[in-house]
Amino acid sequence: MDSRPIQAAIRFGLGPRPDQPLPADPIAWLDTQIEGADTPPVPAGLTAPPAIADGYRIWLELEAAGQPGPGQANPIEQNFQIEAIAALARRIDTAMPYRERLVEFWANHFTVSKRGGYPVSTVIGPYMREAIRPHVTGRFEDLLLAVFKHPAMLGYLNQASSIGPNSPAGRRSGRGLNENLAREILELHTVSPAAEYTQDDVTAFARLLTGWSYERKKEPFGTVFRQSSHEPGTKMVMGRRFEEGEEATEEALRFLANHASTHRFLATKLARHFIADDPPATVTGRIEGILRDTGGDLRAVAAALPRMPEAWAPPLSKLRSPVDYVTASYRACGASGEAVGRLAFRGCSSLNQPYWTALQPNGWPDRAVDWLGPEPMMQRLDWAYDAAGRITRLEPMMILDTALGPLAPDTTRDAVRRAGSPRDAIAMILASAEFQRR
Amino acid sequence: MTHLPRIGRRSFLLGLSALAMSANARLAVAATAGTSQAEDGRLVVVILRGAMDGMAVLAPYGDARYRELRGPIALPEPGQEGGLLDCGGFFGLHPRLANLHGYYREGAVLPIHAVAGPYRNRSHFEAQDMMESGAPERLTSGWLNRALESLPNVPSDRPEVGLAVGLDLPLLMRGPRRVGMWAPPRPVRPPPDLYARMAETLHADPLLGPAVLEGLRGRGYASSVLMEEPQRGGGFMALAASAGTLLAAPHGPRVAALEIGGWDTHADQPRRLEPVLGQLDDGLAAMRAQLGEVWDRTAILVMTEFGRTARVNGNNGTDHGTGGAAFLLGGVVRGGRVLADWPGLSEDRLFEKRDLQPTRDLRAIAKGLLRDHLRLPASAIAAAFPGSSGVDAEDGLLRS
Repeated sequence: MDSRPIQAAIRFGLGPRPDQPLPADPIAWLDTQIEGADTPPVPAGLTAPPAIADGYRIWLELEAAGQPGPGQANPIEQNFQIEAIAALARRIDTAMPYRERLVEFWANHFTVSKRGGYPVSTVIGPYMREAIRPHVTGRFEDLLLAVFKHPAMLGYLNQASSIGPNSPAGRRSGRGLNENLAREILELHTVSPAAEYTQDDVTAFARLLTGWSYERKKEPFGTVFRQSSHEPGTKMVMGRRFEEGEEATEEALRFLANHASTHRFLATKLARHFIADDPPATVTGRIEGILRDTGGDLRAVAAALPRMPEAWAPPLSKLRSPVDYVTASYRACGASGEAVGRLAFRGCSSLNQPYWTALQPNGWPDRAVDWLGPEPMMQRLDWAYDAAGRITRLEPMMILDTALGPLAPDTTRDAVRRAGSPRDAIAMILASAEFQRR
Repeated sequence: MTHLPRIGRRSFLLGLSALAMSANARLAVAATAGTSQAEDGRLVVVILRGAMDGMAVLAPYGDARYRELRGPIALPEPGQEGGLLDCGGFFGLHPRLANLHGYYREGAVLPIHAVAGPYRNRSHFEAQDMMESGAPERLTSGWLNRALESLPNVPSDRPEVGLAVGLDLPLLMRGPRRVGMWAPPRPVRPPPDLYARMAETLHADPLLGPAVLEGLRGRGYASSVLMEEPQRGGGFMALAASAGTLLAAPHGPRVAALEIGGWDTHADQPRRLEPVLGQLDDGLAAMRAQLGEVWDRTAILVMTEFGRTARVNGNNGTDHGTGGAAFLLGGVVRGGRVLADWPGLSEDRLFEKRDLQPTRDLRAIAKGLLRDHLRLPASAIAAAFPGSSGVDAEDGLLRS
């Protein structure tokens, strides 16, 4: 039996759903998903997704009303949850899971986290819809620019408070650089430390980025370039000279986006995510070549990944992250809608990967060892049992066939068949080694 | 395959909406107006998931073939050390059912043997669905829910007249009638036996196997003694006590359902059965204690999806069978006797030469309860158990 259709749904998708037939031609199925236009999820109960100004309005109202007391709901937190739940529900429902995987990959590469406080949690929905989603099959430099210019990122990595010391605002206030975003763009988003940039490069880049900020209290809400905070003069970043002013930012970001070190760094991350924890050099080399030859065309990369033989053997070599595990579990059981998004939101937290709440700017880790541990493992088993208790009336063997098909070994099949109740059986499926992998 | 998503999603949502109500169930029960005393009988159904071995819990020690078939798992006769608790000279209760035996001697327990639903195959899931749907085919609603539809003098704005106790809304209680749910507000963890099975299937995985073993150890389960780990009082006992409390509320639910797993004893049956029997026995005692005087108006039906093989298998266990045992208990029950048309255990009397031959239909017991205890009209009983016109309600289950 050809296992490639189900492998495609597991390796490149988010796990099969009983109401979504497996593709006859896996490659064509994946290609279709990266061709179409992206339609961002609309949170339940809303006619349109909230805009940046909507998030800031809630923030202003909260400031006017004062912080909510104990036991009172925080409207910003509520807004954050509505967005996060809608995004999770979309992952569970979607017929374009490969695209959602790409969204998740790039959102993690360009992490913004609720831990960044209100500057992030008020606008993280717009960040995903405006900065990430439209560009995951576009050019990497456009993605980088959109991310940089989004107030969620400017706020998360403190760019809004970075002021050129020699700018009018700097001279007036005595305030200076905050090099956080400049450093993380170099270290995490583009060339990586392998490029051996220096502290001087970081400082110069931080000077170059000054002026970028966001306005949250009046029109125009969102990103602004404040010339009065911009450090005057030319800057040298990684041996390249940049002039003063707003346009230089774009120039510098496109330079970094197309740097050979960036291609190598991105190739390794992509290969690690989609193919293996320790991807073979042949794979990273090929992805790096595609990035170089196409000028960072992410669609070309997304098309190439499933065409690599290494992506298919051995099957199920990657461990699912908690978010993917929860997503795949509900998909296998045919669940959908906002209510299950809410359950998934709680599930991700209980499995220690709270959604859109990464601990650090480097995002969530992507190797099995990072997620494996005795107690995290137990938490998965506990969650599987809890989840199974809420969905026990599905036929367990059908869930198993949906979720794993020919990839379910006889031992798992027998254990599920011999379980004493549907709940136990479903818990066994979700707990199985095969289901925990992709 | 094609019908699955629709049913699945529907069931899923049903479960969610019921769960959403569960937090308020206790308050709602206390706050609603009641019905008259005469119509205030309580019916509790306890589902034993995994197929309880009727021959182990109600052993036919008087049958000449009992010891031969059961070999190492046969229990000593009444009066011997660790022996069965006698029920009338032919059958004996498992010694771990001391509370139940005490109630039997009071005349409040009616053990029923060689009983089964209409299902003759041996899939847990099909059998449970048919036992709960009350039909020889799978339905999307349960007989107890459909029975609630016809309960007289029940305002339609009182979903908690029917109450599911536990995190799962069993098929038995699903259907047109909205019901309440109550679950203990604490984290839910798999019972030790299920942990053990999960660990078994994960064992071969080089990454996950060691992690789960270490995790179990970290949680205080020694992997070698996991099977012996007694199930702590938690699970069923807490549920049963809660059910008793809720049912005893002044205008509490008329009907409640709860369940307990862990009866699928393919290997090491004596060791695996003892803790769950203990939970069942202790749980029923806790429920009775909480019911207080409401016990006198209560009938509790304890049932399982099918029996197990008459013979012990090669692992000191038993495999999926057909005829099994059920229990009826409560203040209204005419107990203190065993209800059985014993088919015998000789080779030609076994069903397909391997299982206890069922001689009584579980639906007849349930119908008897609906008719004589909840006083439902014949039309309502027929609606609860479609396709069973040939199965008459059992007479004489209750004290007159």
